[in-house]
Amino acid sequence: MSADLTLILPEIVLAVFAMLGLLGAVYTGKDALAPALVWATSALLVLVALWVGLAAPETHTGFGGMFIDDGFSRFAKVTLLLSAAAVLAMSEGYMSARGLLRFEYPILITLAVVGMMVMVSAGDLMSLYMGLELQSLALYVVASLRRDSIKSTEAGLKYFVLGALSSGLLLYGASLIYGYAGTTLFSGIIQTAQTGDVSLGMLFGLIFVISGLAFKVSAVPFHMWTPDVYEGAPTPITAFFATAPKVAAMGLFARVMHDAFGNAVGDWQQVVALISLLSMFLGAIAAIGQTNIKRLMAYSSIAHMGYALMGLASGTVFGVQAMLVYLAIYVTMNVGTFAFILMMERDGQPVVDVASLNMYSKREPGKALAMLVLLFSLAGVPPMLGFFGKLYVLRAAYEGGLAWLAIAGVVASVIGAFYYLRIVFYMYFGDENAEGLDGGKSPVLWGFLMASAVVMVLGIINMFGVEGAAAAAAASLVN
Amino acid sequence: MADFFMNHPLGIALLIIGQIFLLVIPLLVALAFLMYADRKIWAAVQMRRGPNVVGVFGLLQSFADFGKYIVKEVVVPAGADKSVFFMAPMVSLVMALIAWAVIPFNDGWVLSNINVAILYVFAVSSLEVYGVIMGGWASNSKYPFLGSLRSAAQMISYEVSIGLIIIGVIISSGSMNFGDIVRSQDGDWGVFNWYWLPHFPMLFLFLISALAETNRPPFDLPEAESELVAGYQVEYSSTPFLLFMIGELVAVVLMCALISLMFFGGWLSPVPFLPDGIVWMILKMGFVFFIFSMVKAITPRYRYDQLMRLGWKVFLPFSLVWVVFVAFAAKFEWFWGVYARWTVGG
Amino acid sequence: MSVFAFYLFAISVIAGGLFTVISRNPVHSVLWLILSFLSAAGLFVLLGAEFVAMLLVIVYVGAVAVLFLFVVMMLDIDFAELKAEMARYMPLALLIGLVILMQFVMAFGAWEANAAAEGLRAQAIPVDRHNTEALGMILYDQYFLLFQLAGLILLVAMIGAIVLTLRHRKDVKRQDVVAQMMRDPAKAMELKDVKSGQGL
Repeated sequence: MSADLTLILPEIVLAVFAMLGLLGAVYTGKDALAPALVWATSALLVLVALWVGLAAPETHTGFGGMFIDDGFSRFAKVTLLLSAAAVLAMSEGYMSARGLLRFEYPILITLAVVGMMVMVSAGDLMSLYMGLELQSLALYVVASLRRDSIKSTEAGLKYFVLGALSSGLLLYGASLIYGYAGTTLFSGIIQTAQTGDVSLGMLFGLIFVISGLAFKVSAVPFHMWTPDVYEGAPTPITAFFATAPKVAAMGLFARVMHDAFGNAVGDWQQVVALISLLSMFLGAIAAIGQTNIKRLMAYSSIAHMGYALMGLASGTVFGVQAMLVYLAIYVTMNVGTFAFILMMERDGQPVVDVASLNMYSKREPGKALAMLVLLFSLAGVPPMLGFFGKLYVLRAAYEGGLAWLAIAGVVASVIGAFYYLRIVFYMYFGDENAEGLDGGKSPVLWGFLMASAVVMVLGIINMFGVEGAAAAAAASLVN
Repeated sequence: MADFFMNHPLGIALLIIGQIFLLVIPLLVALAFLMYADRKIWAAVQMRRGPNVVGVFGLLQSFADFGKYIVKEVVVPAGADKSVFFMAPMVSLVMALIAWAVIPFNDGWVLSNINVAILYVFAVSSLEVYGVIMGGWASNSKYPFLGSLRSAAQMISYEVSIGLIIIGVIISSGSMNFGDIVRSQDGDWGVFNWYWLPHFPMLFLFLISALAETNRPPFDLPEAESELVAGYQVEYSSTPFLLFMIGELVAVVLMCALISLMFFGGWLSPVPFLPDGIVWMILKMGFVFFIFSMVKAITPRYRYDQLMRLGWKVFLPFSLVWVVFVAFAAKFEWFWGVYARWTVGG
Repeated sequence: MSVFAFYLFAISVIAGGLFTVISRNPVHSVLWLILSFLSAAGLFVLLGAEFVAMLLVIVYVGAVAVLFLFVVMMLDIDFAELKAEMARYMPLALLIGLVILMQFVMAFGAWEANAAAEGLRAQAIPVDRHNTEALGMILYDQYFLLFQLAGLILLVAMIGAIVLTLRHRKDVKRQDVVAQMMRDPAKAMELKDVKSGQGL
């Protein structure tokens, strides 16, 4: 038992920190502590990320197989912890300036992160669900944090209702799987689900579980909530939605597919490939008409999840590796992009209209250049890092026997490049006379934007060793 | 004959019914005198005489009141929801009475010796609130409704801390059966072996929570006559009103029994050389009832926000911390193991 | 005897559920629902799961249903109208109900028919220990992680409810109980000699 507890020590540390923070903030009263709490949380998340990342590369299971601590979970945890820390650090200025910074915000984010860490380590349908709910519930609340705004409330409510529905689908599927496998443990399910030997009931359960998970990664056809939630939630929270939860949900997706149904790749490969295809195309096409940059980023994230799923769909070790690399790159790009979006303001009010970026390069050449790099990277234009991410998943799909999917991915990427390049067009060749934006002097946001852009360029040399780590992580997941 | 009562279904049923009567009838008779005692104590504190006309020293006063209530006319307000209106007082009385099924008066003298007795009492007492809500709502009138809403909020709030206090006792005795709880308080030191000493602060919390849970003064806000006339009882008269009153008083006496069992060793004798027995149980219940009456006589009524604040902001955190403390004390046998007296399991 | 009790409880569960749905008055619906809960608790007792039975009563009847009743009594909704609205969706609801019923029948049919299921069912009630203790071992030992996570989820739900609804209004006077208790005559009163014929 105590050995099991050491296994979840990072999670315990975060949960205890959240509770102590809550107690401290409640007893000192009001929100004076909130900025300090945000920075402390951010620092702690980085520390935990280092702790998890530098742990010995071994695989442990605890709590009777319900919790798995392996290379895969550690890779996902480090990615999501760092991205959550970055988003928290970026959000402090924005939230304080708009009176949104309440002390519950960092605490809810911390608890959501605990949920995500449980998700990627889940070795059982029940711990999967618990982690998922812990994460989702905290996210529903932060989505409607700006409670006097109709849009924010709508975002929270929509997210909650649809999220509850998807949880229902997931639970229904899980109960079917349990009924037909006789166990909720992934290690038990994989023995029941041999190739070509998956019973019809179990197949139904698998499809329901995939539907529920697809909702969480906002893959088509379960993506409807994404644009509205991204638009309505306060921008730092949108940034959060676009990063850490996506990593956690994709990690969970890969975990369920490989750990529980790794022997029956053929049974889920087609489904995952299909939702990957739909996500890529819908994300690319629907984003074209968007003028709100947050909605645009929502469709962009749908498309990117399609690419990440492509890696998973290949069903190979290399596919999982490609997915992990893609996620790490995606998160880094999004952190930079949202740092830029957070700086978009006019007279101190946030602006989300793409057209407001007209001739931005004239006023802020440095920031415009950084954004240019990020947008090229998002679009997958060589030689930015985003291109290599796409290359990775395309290769994985091709090698996994899904050449058609790889070709479709290239086509979707070309379509999708249009709307990223449109922003670049506005920034460099737009209307001279349009009303511009404020200078926006936030060293933190500026730092994240620049760092992210620099990574996109310098990363092409050796990807900072992420490749090797992802390969080891993927190998630990797929046996 | 014995075979009939032990084996035949009908015999068993008759036996159980007989036992129920054996319990309920003395209880109700005792109640009449407790009501009388309550009024006498109250009068004495206020330097009045109290009831002294019917019978010797007014001893039969309660019976006279009983007769009066029975023969009065039952008034049902227009627009009342009739079935719920009449069900409410019955729920109130029945819920108060069925809890007695698991209360032992002496070693083994219990109607139903179940494993989760204390939980059962807690469950049933949490149902008593329905009598009040149903009565207030069915009367179709403002004051009763307000009174019932207050009452429901109040009873639920204090149930939480009562539950936590009970958990502390359960941890100490390792059982939820009243017999085991009492037996775990047995020892060489008599009165100092009982749980009132190790669980000292909780005794007071429980006493006060019990007052609030049973709507006794100083927490009788549901029927605060100065603001709500008589709360949920406004529209009741005659027998239904009587049922409400009896139900309320039975619940009070039940709380006395609970306190005696959980904190004062039930039927155990306070000094080691005297034999244990039912007489101790009754004396202890009488003592606790005396405290209840004195509280009623000498304290002014609480304001509603004070009541809620006390329940949620003082009692709840305190009893929660206490549960944690008791859990540690029992696990690591602090204080010479007084918190860990498991007679069964462990 | 216990067969008789079983049918009594079973019938009242079903009748309670039925009347919950069909009664016109929402308050009556909730009261029927409570009857259903209580009868279900009775069924648990018959199964030998007295701890679960008591928890059902305490949590569902003693707390959840009271809140239901609260809300239903205070709501100003024309339930008759709502019901008429609902009638439109009746065919769909019936279809879904039928599907779920069929699934139950199939699942339980398989469960009843399978010889291996007999062995699994026998394990449900441990013979050598008290069922409270058995539940404790499951919750606090085997499923410790899940139990604690469930606790965290509830904590998040609580924080969420407070964050989204608690508002401190500045324009309302509040009572500070501590300040009220700290008041004494020396601070609250001032004695003055008033000469006759003159005011202050």
